[in-house]
Amino acid sequence: MIRIIDYGVGNLFSLRSSLRAIGIDADYTGNPAEIRKADKLILPGVGAFRDAREALRSTGLDRVVQEEAGKGKPLMGICLGMQMLFDRSYEYGEYEGLGLIPGEIVPMEGRIPKDLPIPHIGWNELMLKQPSPLMKNTANGDYVYFVHSYYAETPAEYVIATTDYGVEMTAAVQKDNVSGCQFHPEKSSEVGLSILKAFCEL
Amino acid sequence: MITKRIIPCLDVKDGRVVKGVNFQGLSDVNSPVELAEYYTKNGADEMVFYDITASAEGRKLFTEVLTEVASKVFIPLTVGGGINSLEDFDRVLKCGADKVSVNSGAIRNPELIRQAAEKYGNQCVVLSVDAARVDGTYRVFAKGGRENTGMDAVEWIRESVERGAGEVVLNSIDTDGVKQGFDLPMLKAVCEVVDVPVIASGGAGCIQDFVTLFQEIPTVSAGLAASIFHFGEVAIPDLKKELKKNDISVRL
Repeated sequence: MIRIIDYGVGNLFSLRSSLRAIGIDADYTGNPAEIRKADKLILPGVGAFRDAREALRSTGLDRVVQEEAGKGKPLMGICLGMQMLFDRSYEYGEYEGLGLIPGEIVPMEGRIPKDLPIPHIGWNELMLKQPSPLMKNTANGDYVYFVHSYYAETPAEYVIATTDYGVEMTAAVQKDNVSGCQFHPEKSSEVGLSILKAFCEL
Repeated sequence: MITKRIIPCLDVKDGRVVKGVNFQGLSDVNSPVELAEYYTKNGADEMVFYDITASAEGRKLFTEVLTEVASKVFIPLTVGGGINSLEDFDRVLKCGADKVSVNSGAIRNPELIRQAAEKYGNQCVVLSVDAARVDGTYRVFAKGGRENTGMDAVEWIRESVERGAGEVVLNSIDTDGVKQGFDLPMLKAVCEVVDVPVIASGGAGCIQDFVTLFQEIPTVSAGLAASIFHFGEVAIPDLKKELKKNDISVRL
């Protein structure tokens, strides 16, 4: 049983629909007991890091997610949900993340060539950096849909895919049972669905 | 490398696509769901749905249709038309829209952009602008391009991006419907003042117009069109092949 963590942030409709399209019925829930009962968890998120982090903290779900991940339960963060897996973010200040994967979230501004628009919006190519269960159906050069202005800086050992936007940027990460995609698999057509499928098959 | 996006745009009235689309194999040429599936299979990178309904009843039909589209099509969906408040944002986002496009609603209340960006993130707020030349400057037109607001278009776009618009759709009234190519001078003027993605709209008549657009203005992120796609004058797979041949990065 897969559960999408609902903490009042983000468009969960598409995520649930895309899972349905691959035959997975994943309800969303903000109930700690339901989250603890689930076999696998997806942490979505859009908007600003600070607000999403605060929403997780005020509902107490941050502790639940940390504990469940600590027990070895497969957890996948998507977009801002992925960013929250790290130690901290520098979006509009400095905020602590969930600390499940070492690294921090830094702005594109000042780090990418000036002629590239920010946010990084659109379809970009994946470059696979190491074999991983999440990307078992994915090939080098497959396109996925990104929308973000900040990205993760993390040791290479956790990076399973990158993308080129002026600099080589973290696109997907994995540390043991915790994984994440900076892009939106639920908006990345067949390639995205195959990544969701791989997560469901973990 | 990031690819240039090709975006078909559909006008929806009372839950049905206005002007039937002529493709073989479609059983219902006015069905937003069938068309969305068709375009997704044929290389569209995202889609825009404009609700041109005036009645509350029609609004409801639109959100029902949107829900169905979003449960079957897994590419980004932008929704516009009649977006005047945060409640309107909420209504379409809950039905599966990823981005919401504001036009007249933002002209009436520019703070709507800021409020929406704070609540849903900049990436969710698309500023759509209808602009035309008046006495040598670009002016913003409201009400579907019928009313000259007197506002300077470049300045309006710059301010709106500062307020939090994460993307700009620039529709040139001067080139719209003429099919002689996108409005390159107007697009250049806007690309020079904003650093968010700019989507070109209005004027595409053939494949070459897209090639010229991306060659002349490499910072433009996407090209949007309606009738040339709907009536089969330009097939997106052919368009993308031609772009690729010209070393323009596309998703194939």
